[in-house]
Amino acid sequence: MKTFYKKFSEKFIEGLLMLSGTITSLTVVLIVFFLFKEGLGVFDKKPVEEGYVIALSKSNPLKTLSSEQIKNIYDQKITHWSEIGGKPDSIILFRAEDISNFYSDEEIGENFEGLSTCINRLVDSLPDIIAFFPKKYLAKDFKGHELTVDKVSLKEFFGGKEWFPTAQPSAQLGVLPLILGTLWVSFGAILLALPLGLAAAIFMSEIAKDNVRRIMKPLIELLAGIPSVVYGFFGLVIIVPLIQKTFNLPVGETGLAGSIILGIMALPTIITISEDAMRNTPRAMKEASLALGASKWQTIYKVVIPYSISGISAGAILGIGRAIGETMAVLMVTGNAAVIPHSILEPVRTIPATIAAELGEAPNGGLHYQALFALGCILFLITLFINLAVEFISNRKQHNKH
Amino acid sequence: MYKIESKNVDFFYGASQALKNINIAIKPNTVTALIGPSGCGKSTYLRLFNRMNDLIDNTKIAGQVLIDGEDIYAKGVNVDSLRKKVGMVFQKPNPFPKTIFENVAYGLRVNGITDKKLIEERVETTIKQVVLWDEVKDKLKKSAFELSGGQQQRLCIARALAIQPSVVLMDEPTSALDPISTAKVEELIYELKTKYTIVIVTHNMQQAGRVSDTTAFFYMGELIEHDTTKTIFTNPKIERTQNYITGRFG
Ligand SMILES: Nc1ncnc2c1ncn2[C@@H]1O[C@H](COP(=O)(O)OP(=O)(O)OP(=O)(O)O)[C@@H](O)[C@H]1O
Ligand SMILES: [Mg+2]
Repeated sequence: MKTFYKKFSEKFIEGLLMLSGTITSLTVVLIVFFLFKEGLGVFDKKPVEEGYVIALSKSNPLKTLSSEQIKNIYDQKITHWSEIGGKPDSIILFRAEDISNFYSDEEIGENFEGLSTCINRLVDSLPDIIAFFPKKYLAKDFKGHELTVDKVSLKEFFGGKEWFPTAQPSAQLGVLPLILGTLWVSFGAILLALPLGLAAAIFMSEIAKDNVRRIMKPLIELLAGIPSVVYGFFGLVIIVPLIQKTFNLPVGETGLAGSIILGIMALPTIITISEDAMRNTPRAMKEASLALGASKWQTIYKVVIPYSISGISAGAILGIGRAIGETMAVLMVTGNAAVIPHSILEPVRTIPATIAAELGEAPNGGLHYQALFALGCILFLITLFINLAVEFISNRKQHNKH
Repeated sequence: MYKIESKNVDFFYGASQALKNINIAIKPNTVTALIGPSGCGKSTYLRLFNRMNDLIDNTKIAGQVLIDGEDIYAKGVNVDSLRKKVGMVFQKPNPFPKTIFENVAYGLRVNGITDKKLIEERVETTIKQVVLWDEVKDKLKKSAFELSGGQQQRLCIARALAIQPSVVLMDEPTSALDPISTAKVEELIYELKTKYTIVIVTHNMQQAGRVSDTTAFFYMGELIEHDTTKTIFTNPKIERTQNYITGRFG
């Protein structure tokens, strides 16, 4: 009876462990599946809001326009049809709310009963018009023709230079500025954090006396435990004004501020991992070097660093990984301008900050919503790549040691 | 004139005393064996001669250690140049994760020698000196880890000799080796004597008998007896030495 009970409980615990393993793996798979299902949906959507149409006069030979062209027309960056392969005449812009410039209130009607007729007449009478209006005001005997707008294309998405997901009449979903902003800020962060982190790691593993190390180590680990909002707050109150003053800028919220904050946040990862790697350098190796008359510094850069280089790289890459995914602090200090940055002293916007800032306002299931998920997919792929790189490097390290 | 002298040397790890009042004088071009039970302080003593114990926090030395008549613990002594003069071979072969060539060249490079020709020459002569040349001449660019343990240890000896020290310290240099490699290293030690002053720690009595001119017996941090190897092995003056030696011979 006792052995039965024992066997049963062992089986039970085994089952429980397996269950938790399965649940964890399933959760990961589900999250990734959900992310990509929503994210890829964006390529099945048109950038013009549902329920609206863009129409041209019958005599206008153009059949389709890209969302970028539409935006440029409405921003009056394109003013003549000839610029996009049409007649040499200048474009007449029209939105439904402009109707009162053309027709009297009586003609339009109190409840817009006459609006579709008015629009119909207007499009018919002005050959150079481009009209944007709700589909319900499209007359049955419409005399113009409806413009077909292409679905969001991969090229537009990854190559587009503008991110205006809520622009009317056509949303601009170019993620290039966001990707560049993310890489820009992360690269700056690593540029700042790597030398500093490496120096601190060398100090802690090779130079500091044991008691100094015993104080420093927990302090650095504490740095990793500070919530990122606190970093953001610190950045906003100290670093942003400092940058503004030092470089005499109109605003201090810049890529540089983001880089500094992220650099500080990446430090603990870089320091602890590279310090561990350095401390793993066999004592015999260091003693051999010193016994040959090498100085402490020669030993550090000729023996310790080469020996621990894979650990150091892993630390650096993981540090970047942390920087790339970081949201809150960056959101607070980078100024969030979705434009391609030309210098580190301009506001930039990163992928995670964009998602955090915009998801609340994006209607569920809409174009904007799905575009944000697509951003999430990009972020996921970047971090996946980083993790694979770390895996690869640490595998190589195992290999080296035998 | 003695090559190495230690006068009233005490050594402490923190509060615990590892060496008590050690007095030894070593003549140039001799091999001195340090023997004694485990933990008696042989390695500690050996590592005093190239100030390797400096690397350990919280240690203290009293008394004097003279090499070529100069106190190596005096103020202003350049430890790096001392270590250039006093080479060391460790218990386990510890080549760098570099090529065979670079292992031997390392000491030259860190001591500021950049002349490629000179480095190549010196690497070749020292590898020949340790009778390893024929075995490695075709794979100088290969990793030192591709060598056998015995070859690695001879490479480490070559590495130590390349910077032309005048004293070579060896801490149980054959304890990780097979009998044939051990024999090769012992032969080598015997030959090196003509150029260097050698101090070797060993647990192997036969080895001490074969390679050394004088033997020092340590026990619990004290030097019990230091005399010619022949005297120590056949006619020690102190009973404890006698017991240890006979015990070890079984
Ligand atoms: N780094 C250290 N810190 C503190 N005590 C040490 C340290 N190294 C050695 N000791 C102590 O000093 C004493 C002498 O050690 P040592 O290594 O010199 O002995 P040994 O004669 O070389 O022994 P073995 O034959 O086992 O190598 C031992 O009691 C040891 O515990
Ligand atoms: Mg020892």
